[in-house]
Amino acid sequence: MITLEAVTKTFAQGRHDRVDAVRSVDLDVADGRVTVLRGPSGSGKTTLLTLIGCLARPTSGRIRIDGETVSGLPERFLTETRRRTFGFVFQKFNLIRGLSALDNVVLPAFPLGVPSRTLSDRAMRLLDRFGLADRAGLPAEHLSGGEAQRVAIARALINDPAVIIADEPTASLDGDRVAQFLAIAEDLKRSGKTVLITSHDPRITEASLVDALVTMADGRIVEVAG
Amino acid sequence: MRAAFERRRHLLDFAVRSLARRPTRNLGLILVYGLVVFLVGSVMLWGSAVRREASAILAGGPEITAQAMVMGRHDLTVDADVALLKGLRGVRRVEPRLWGYLWDSAGAANYTLMVPSTAATDLAVAKGEAIVGEGVARARRLAPGKMLFLVSPSGRFLKTRVKAVLPAESALVSADLVLVEESDFRAFFELPDGVWTDVALTVANPSEVGTISGKAALKLPHHRFVTRADMSRSAEALFSWREGLTLALLAGALVAFAILAFDRASGLSAEERREIGILKAIGWETGDVIASKLFEGALISLTAFLLGVLAAWVHVFLFSAGLFEPVLKGWATLYPRFPLSPRIDALEIATLGMLTVVPFMAAILVPVWRTASADPDAVMR
Amino acid sequence: MIFHPPILALIGASLLSAVVLAGAALFAVRLLRHWDPASGAERQIGLERTTTLVSTVVAFVLVLEAASLVLFAFNADRMAPLFVGAMCAVGSLQASPWGFPALWAKIAVFFAAFVWLAVDRLDGRTRDYALTRTKYVGLLALAPLVFAEGGIELAYFLDLKADTITSCCGKLFGESRPNFGGDLASLDPKLALGLLAAGVAAAVVAGLPAAGSRIAAVALGVLSLAVFGLALAAIVAAIGPYVYEMPHHHCPFCILKREYGHVGFALYLPLFLATGAGLSAGTLALVAGNRAEMVAARRGLSRIAIAGHLVFALAAATLVATSGLKL
Ligand SMILES: Nc1ncnc2c1ncn2[C@@H]1O[C@H](COP(=O)(O)OP(=O)(O)OP(=O)(O)O)[C@@H](O)[C@H]1O
Ligand SMILES: [Mg+2]
Repeated sequence: MITLEAVTKTFAQGRHDRVDAVRSVDLDVADGRVTVLRGPSGSGKTTLLTLIGCLARPTSGRIRIDGETVSGLPERFLTETRRRTFGFVFQKFNLIRGLSALDNVVLPAFPLGVPSRTLSDRAMRLLDRFGLADRAGLPAEHLSGGEAQRVAIARALINDPAVIIADEPTASLDGDRVAQFLAIAEDLKRSGKTVLITSHDPRITEASLVDALVTMADGRIVEVAG
Repeated sequence: MRAAFERRRHLLDFAVRSLARRPTRNLGLILVYGLVVFLVGSVMLWGSAVRREASAILAGGPEITAQAMVMGRHDLTVDADVALLKGLRGVRRVEPRLWGYLWDSAGAANYTLMVPSTAATDLAVAKGEAIVGEGVARARRLAPGKMLFLVSPSGRFLKTRVKAVLPAESALVSADLVLVEESDFRAFFELPDGVWTDVALTVANPSEVGTISGKAALKLPHHRFVTRADMSRSAEALFSWREGLTLALLAGALVAFAILAFDRASGLSAEERREIGILKAIGWETGDVIASKLFEGALISLTAFLLGVLAAWVHVFLFSAGLFEPVLKGWATLYPRFPLSPRIDALEIATLGMLTVVPFMAAILVPVWRTASADPDAVMR
Repeated sequence: MIFHPPILALIGASLLSAVVLAGAALFAVRLLRHWDPASGAERQIGLERTTTLVSTVVAFVLVLEAASLVLFAFNADRMAPLFVGAMCAVGSLQASPWGFPALWAKIAVFFAAFVWLAVDRLDGRTRDYALTRTKYVGLLALAPLVFAEGGIELAYFLDLKADTITSCCGKLFGESRPNFGGDLASLDPKLALGLLAAGVAAAVVAGLPAAGSRIAAVALGVLSLAVFGLALAAIVAAIGPYVYEMPHHHCPFCILKREYGHVGFALYLPLFLATGAGLSAGTLALVAGNRAEMVAARRGLSRIAIAGHLVFALAAATLVATSGLKL
């Protein structure tokens, strides 16, 4: 369970061009469910995701993960929590060019000091699960859009996190790829993961697997459905 | 424990692959870096080899040299003084010597003319013969059997047949040497019999050198007594000073290099920045990124250092520091061209590392930290 | 001034350390004024970020100081032929009144930086920045020490002149000399070794419970420092002569030389490590409490200290036992 209390994020503090990207948000993200954030462009969805995912620290307010307050943790522990709890799928996939699919997948586990052998076994199993076993050695820049996304999902899962965060996962994908993504999301939900997605794609927001639909506008939550 | 070790291994592994992914960029840096190590290393290796050489040569020389002085200037020693020195207790051998300098306008160089010691049978020359140093042989294109003509300042000729060319090993001191027979020497410089340039004293017990030179000074107040320890100290000081001065000049190059390293480390490409952002977003700590980048720096340093040291070694010991001759020698026109005895020790390696690797690593610390502390949320944008 | 390359390198290293510490001290002042871990403001985030830099650069300075300590000793040895009467490092250090102070200052900086980094490491393991303020107050004390060390070292090198008449280990540690070195040398070797053994034993005994007990950890710190002193005395009075197999050769530097197989490193490396770790454990006991990560840090450090002391004692015992000399 992730709990947000009066969470605010202000950019360029103290200067004239200050932006209140997230304003005093209270939110509970339930375990094992699929939550979708939607709202107009610039409403603060991505910013909220970065705060929940411990990628950034709120200017004020409190974020608790399973009861522990993470908002004031030193960078090192914040990162540790992130590594342990979250897997990220970015809109632009963000694979590292020049490294193979397999090498990209194992990267998040490096700081944990898992032995290489264990790590590549685990990574191969994940790639296999997404039908990419024969692409393991291919450099990331040679992968197709759909393949790249599945590699990114495999990477997000390598440390077996409880929560998967995906920011606009379908924005770079065409029709049937979206269905494929939804199938994977379904699969993740079935295996007990919490899934948190931002999207304005109706194929996602109206999908049947969505348990909660959170609508944002101008940095605030205006509606929570489901 | 094991996890910490594995973590380092992964980071090192990643660093190696990062370097391999940008070969041209890193090769350029390694080349410049290696060149800096090469320059500084050459100066240092040369300096210490020359100092070692000088002390080895001095070690073979007399323990005490006596020179007559008149009004504070070097004068000739007469037979009577030599006899007095022979009477000193503790002195094993007293050998009066004949040597002098000759400006050779043909070769545009200074030669040292000398009568070989009677003890050195391998250097014995007969009347009309000469043994020449390696530098002289080179300048005058001499080989054993060829003729060497010398003209004294007063216009006297000396015509000798070259008996041998001195081996290059001890060339630092003997490059400009011309060994001739005593009567040839006296006739050439118009010296009467019974006078000598100076006197070499060999002492029975080396620990008594100080006492004996003290006693000798009392007995022969018009003489100056120079001990071997004095000479090695002043040689040491002279060469160190030259070497240090050159290094101080190279400090400019070091600073420029550090600035280059700083610049390289700060001016990352957009691609590299993106990469660091991704790593941080997927769970690397700032410390992990710093460690991986410092590993990269260390690997570059190691490669460049090894290359530079190797090149400096080849340069100094196989090519007699050919590039530096004009700078480092300069006290003689006939600089020796001789193989310095190859040796390199831990102190030199450590000093070289301190002078090159430390500035490099120091220069990249701040830029590395700056890139490593990029916001991880940037990749979401 | 003698223009030896190692001297230039050492001066450069000290200058670099001083510049780094000056920057770090300025930052420390800023941090102490504005530090507020509860805030999520940009300034606080910036301060937190910079602490990573400071930790990295001080670690760099520690490595640099350790290297320069070794280089300093070996260079002093190498310079000996320049001075009348010098045969090893002692002679070169005696060639100027700044010589030995420079060496002591370098050792002090090494230990101070060691302790600071131990506190820094522990601070990095706390989830609430428990030691950040303490650490930066400590940094304000470390900086002047580094400046002083650089100054003394520079004074020493500037003061050196070739041909200076100096006295070497034979004189400094001459047994009938009315100076401190002479007193050390004339110490009964059995007594010196006995005191050292007792000191090491006491430090080990204090180290065993040092993880759980803060008093034991403080005792370990004090005893480590004492063992350091006793060890130097024992090296001069007994271990040195045993290594040289000459009852009147008391030098603490010559054991580092090739002639004696560099055995000095087998003594000094564990000794310095043990002293640094022991002092750090003691300091942590003074500045930090009994939380799990703090206990773990003390446990790690006291283990290093114990291991270092034992390796040192073993090396010393081996050297004494295998020596051909019987005192
Ligand atoms: N680093 C930053 N500095 C300043 N302003 C920022 C920064 N990041 C985001 N913002 C601003 O915060 C607001 C919210 O941005 P955010 O990316 O969260 O919106 P979003 O809902 O994800 O929009 P979109 O649907 O277009 O992705 C925007 O006005 C944006 O300009
Ligand atoms: Mg967005």
